Amino acid sequence: MSSLHVVLGVPLFWIATGLLGLLSKASRETHARVLFPLSALGSLLLAVGAWFGLTGEPQSAVLPLGLPDLPFHVRLDALAAFFLVLLGGVSAGVSLYSAGYFEKAGGDIRLICLQYQVFLASMTVVLLADDAYLFMVAWETMALASYFLVTTDHKLAEIRSAGLLYLIVAHVGAIAILLCFGTLQLGQWNYTFDAMRGNTLPAAWASVAFLLALFGFGAKAGFLPVHVWLPEAHPAAPSPVSGLMSGVMLKTAIYGLLRVSFDLLPVQALWWGVAALALGLLTALFGVMFAAVQTDMKRLLAYSSIENIGIILTGVGLTILFRGYDKSVWAALALAATLYHCLNHALFKSLLFLVTGSVMHATRHRSLGKLGGLIRPMPWVAAVALIGTLAIAGLPPLNGFASEWMLFQAFLLTPGLPNSYLNMLVPVATAALALAVALAGYVMVKFYGIVFLGLPREELGQAHDAGPWERAGLLWLAIWCVVLGFLPVFVVSAIDPIARMLVGATLEASMQKSSWLFLTAIAPERASYSPLLFLLGIVLTVLVTFLLVRRVYHGRVRRSAAWDCGFPRLDARMQDSAEGFGQPIKQIFEPFFKVERSQPSPFDARPFYSSRIEDRFWSWLYVPVMKVADRLSALVGILQHGRIHLYLIYSFVTLMVLLLLIQ
Amino acid sequence: MSLSLTHQLIDLMAALLLLIAFAMVSQRRILRLIHLFALQGLVLSVNTLIVAVAINQPHLYFSALLTLVLKVIALPWLLHRLIDRLNIRWDVETLINIPTTMLVGILLVILSFNLALPISQLAGTITRSALGIAMASVLLSFLMMITRRKAVPQVIGFLAMENGLFFAATSATYGMPMVVELGIALDVLVGAFIFGIFFFQIRETFDSLDIHHLEKLKDKS
Amino acid sequence: MNPGFVASQLFQTLLAVFLAPLMLGWVSQCRAWLQNRSGPGVLQPYRVLIKLFWKDAVLAHNASWLFRLAPYVVFGCMVLAVTIVPVLATDLPFSPAADVIALVGLFALARVFMALAGMDVGTAFGSLGARREMLVASLAEPALLMVFFTPALISESTALNTIVEVLAHRELTVYPSLAFAAVAFLMVLLAENARIPVDNPTTHLELTMIHEAMILEYSARHLALMEWAHALKLMTYTCIGIALFLPWGIAQAGHWEMMPVAIVALLFKLGLAGAGLAGLEMVSAKMRIFRVPEFLGIAFLLAVLGMLTHFLLDMKAV
Repeated sequence: MSSLHVVLGVPLFWIATGLLGLLSKASRETHARVLFPLSALGSLLLAVGAWFGLTGEPQSAVLPLGLPDLPFHVRLDALAAFFLVLLGGVSAGVSLYSAGYFEKAGGDIRLICLQYQVFLASMTVVLLADDAYLFMVAWETMALASYFLVTTDHKLAEIRSAGLLYLIVAHVGAIAILLCFGTLQLGQWNYTFDAMRGNTLPAAWASVAFLLALFGFGAKAGFLPVHVWLPEAHPAAPSPVSGLMSGVMLKTAIYGLLRVSFDLLPVQALWWGVAALALGLLTALFGVMFAAVQTDMKRLLAYSSIENIGIILTGVGLTILFRGYDKSVWAALALAATLYHCLNHALFKSLLFLVTGSVMHATRHRSLGKLGGLIRPMPWVAAVALIGTLAIAGLPPLNGFASEWMLFQAFLLTPGLPNSYLNMLVPVATAALALAVALAGYVMVKFYGIVFLGLPREELGQAHDAGPWERAGLLWLAIWCVVLGFLPVFVVSAIDPIARMLVGATLEASMQKSSWLFLTAIAPERASYSPLLFLLGIVLTVLVTFLLVRRVYHGRVRRSAAWDCGFPRLDARMQDSAEGFGQPIKQIFEPFFKVERSQPSPFDARPFYSSRIEDRFWSWLYVPVMKVADRLSALVGILQHGRIHLYLIYSFVTLMVLLLLIQ
Repeated sequence: MSLSLTHQLIDLMAALLLLIAFAMVSQRRILRLIHLFALQGLVLSVNTLIVAVAINQPHLYFSALLTLVLKVIALPWLLHRLIDRLNIRWDVETLINIPTTMLVGILLVILSFNLALPISQLAGTITRSALGIAMASVLLSFLMMITRRKAVPQVIGFLAMENGLFFAATSATYGMPMVVELGIALDVLVGAFIFGIFFFQIRETFDSLDIHHLEKLKDKS
Repeated sequence: MNPGFVASQLFQTLLAVFLAPLMLGWVSQCRAWLQNRSGPGVLQPYRVLIKLFWKDAVLAHNASWLFRLAPYVVFGCMVLAVTIVPVLATDLPFSPAADVIALVGLFALARVFMALAGMDVGTAFGSLGARREMLVASLAEPALLMVFFTPALISESTALNTIVEVLAHRELTVYPSLAFAAVAFLMVLLAENARIPVDNPTTHLELTMIHEAMILEYSARHLALMEWAHALKLMTYTCIGIALFLPWGIAQAGHWEMMPVAIVALLFKLGLAGAGLAGLEMVSAKMRIFRVPEFLGIAFLLAVLGMLTHFLLDMKAV
């Protein structure tokens, strides 16, 4: 029973349970409480099976499914195994949470279950696919399944339009991916990845393939400028689905990009790395700036996903750059940082989306302007959300910081490159990355502070804490955030086989120079970081201080009203609103936002203030494209008049032309 | 040991020059611009003095003195009188805002450093690594000229550009022949006088020193 | 890990922790002398701390566990920071736990807890302070990282031990890039420690506060811990500046005979730094909050310039 068999069996299991659930007539609660935990079990099995596939030789198989002469090829190698572990681990937590969430949420539970299982199964098959045909089939299934999940609440018009936008962008991306595979197979009509690995493309075609892959996978991952569907689709979907999409689906796109850039294209050009680096930094800065000015919880998290995907793309660009200069160990470091960040982001982003799900359940509000003070009625969720917030803000000793630390160390190696322009420009790019990371802290303080701290900005009624299933799911994800933060060396050693496979070097040599306590880059004298010592230091000091203060002095506490500076009517509306908290960023980075504001005048009978921040890309790119598409379709529409004579003439002319051609 | 000390001092002067060039790009007040220009002249003359002491070429002493008299004393005094008579103190408007100007400035610095690297490897003087900085300060002064709306900062930018060229000459070729230097000094002085006259004319015609108004002088056809 | 190392690590930590209020007192005293006042004496912060520890803690009705936990966490972070920085000696047991990037992350952790605590009670001032502090931090952090990268590029390492050893034992050369980085570091120090010209630490006007507004609701032992952490942060930043730009005198671990020299050198340098800080505060006025991004932008640009001049001037063409 090899890992490949286990890993292949799980999607079948998922689809089978989904279909069974469709046919059963059980009540909503039973449905949710049986099917989703079963799904979680499958996820765990997948993660464990894939873990064993990380080391050792790649395993492939040919499945007799598919069309007669086009069987399915599957392959489990280190790269696929890593992303399968990511998928299994994160979906286990999300499925456990969904058991509690979908009990009370709306929508047809049987359909939701089936779509959910199909979504998970299709993502697994995408990761396992070893030929273009299976890949595209699974990719499309993934897009369709997620579309149905996003439009669960299809009675609302805005959710329907969000779903439509998502579908359109997903398909534009899929076309690009298909064209990319077409370029890779060089006209030999062999669609397997093995054949593509063997091909050596001329440099121009290789660049075309890379750009197509960047665009196509970028449409799914959320790179600039094809990111517009993310802030619409993620808030529209139910929270567990948003968590899965943000956490796992975006990573399958990254997997695709890595597979094409390193595995299927044996030689990378330098300018690819620079292009990916620049695009990644722009995406990261864009995402975080827009996240800072959002007023809707889930849109804020969606833009934050764009930022993290930008950081991951930066890492990919850096890896390509180092590989192009034959600095394989440095490339291994950059790749390890990138993959580590993929895993971390999957964990803490899905955690945060699940938290928003609980908050929405409890308060029925999504807008930040109405929440506040939830730390008291929802202590569990608040504690777990704190862990997620600290992790995503990139604070030691949690996991977000470890991967960002490694990425910074990789950036600091660039002055050793032979090109003097790169030597000087890339450290400046590091500053852009540092700005993105620092602004992420700002965004997350805003998120946590406005939702959980302070006083409720509107009457929140009886907000209640999360149920047992939801707590289980949240805890699972939070614990992994903490563990991955404290034991980075294990994660890096686990990623090593992938580095060996893709860039031809590993970090083993540098890891062996120091103990398991310290995460080092290249050499311990160069840089080292130990999250466990951090934890030890902080916890020790806190304990010692606490005990000393209590013993030498006293621990008396009195309660009283808050400081009001003499103003007697201080109330909850005087705290910062979401717009207020984001206002400094809006003011400083004003040229990047498109702000539409309507301000009241002193003479208004009913003063009204509104401010909307829009994405400039709509008016720059999408509206012109839509106008061109409109015009083209209008031109083609001329052909359609409804007059039968003309249609008959069309057929006649075609027949004549064909006859003349055959002659 | 003294050779490397000289080298370090010249590098320090070069760094100061770059710093002053950046400060001029980001400065809003015209009075401070003039002071920065004077400071730049001082750095230049000190630098020439150091080179003169290091390689013992007497004509560089004279050159340092000339720079001191002209660029630290005469020209700033002239400009000071000019802005007093014209009664302008502020130039708040720039074409693009200051942070963006600084970012463009950084890109220009990177460009000039990279262009200067192969040249500095060929040159044989002790100050070869300062060539990149000289080029950078020329480009930065050019940037300052481009991004300003009023006339006086533009002129100061022009004068600062000449400073940068002088620094480049000192660092690459141990100064220029005395004749050339005297000629350039005279040109700069005369140029400053002529600029002063022009400012008054512009002011009289348009009632302001905003160079926007010069666009009205085109043919309406 | 012999006991000598552990003992000296403990000694360094305790010395720094108990010296920090003295540094704050020294700065206030210098300011007083410069303003021709007689001042409260350099020991005043100690008296304030003792007084605060004895008081009853008064908490708002809706303050949560995060509010009560935050002062301890912030203090713990600052103590850990001063343990990691080579104040007296390099190569102590805790120093490989963090390099400069992790140190920046540690400060960020403390700052996030302070900001969250500020938002906890639900007053306008708390969220005002939190928002402004996070703004200043978001702009100061990239500048700080760039400042750290210049010595890191010179010594090809981001571990503070290596940086100090390389910079202390080079010949007495003037690196212009380090001069730029030093000025940028000074600007970031002023911003991050809430000194004039970014924030006035002695203001009573809530609408002008940045740091003070976040701790407005704290009293008694919580306030004492927050104030102590603030003093520790200033001391740590100064020690980082000393380690990067004036590293002569820092002992090497294992050479215990250098310790007294190190202590004297440290006191001398801290005294000088405190007096310089007081002088700087005297001649500057507090800026409007929206001039602060320009200030930090200049710091960032200076740091980048420092890095670029390192490439051109410090690396001799071979």
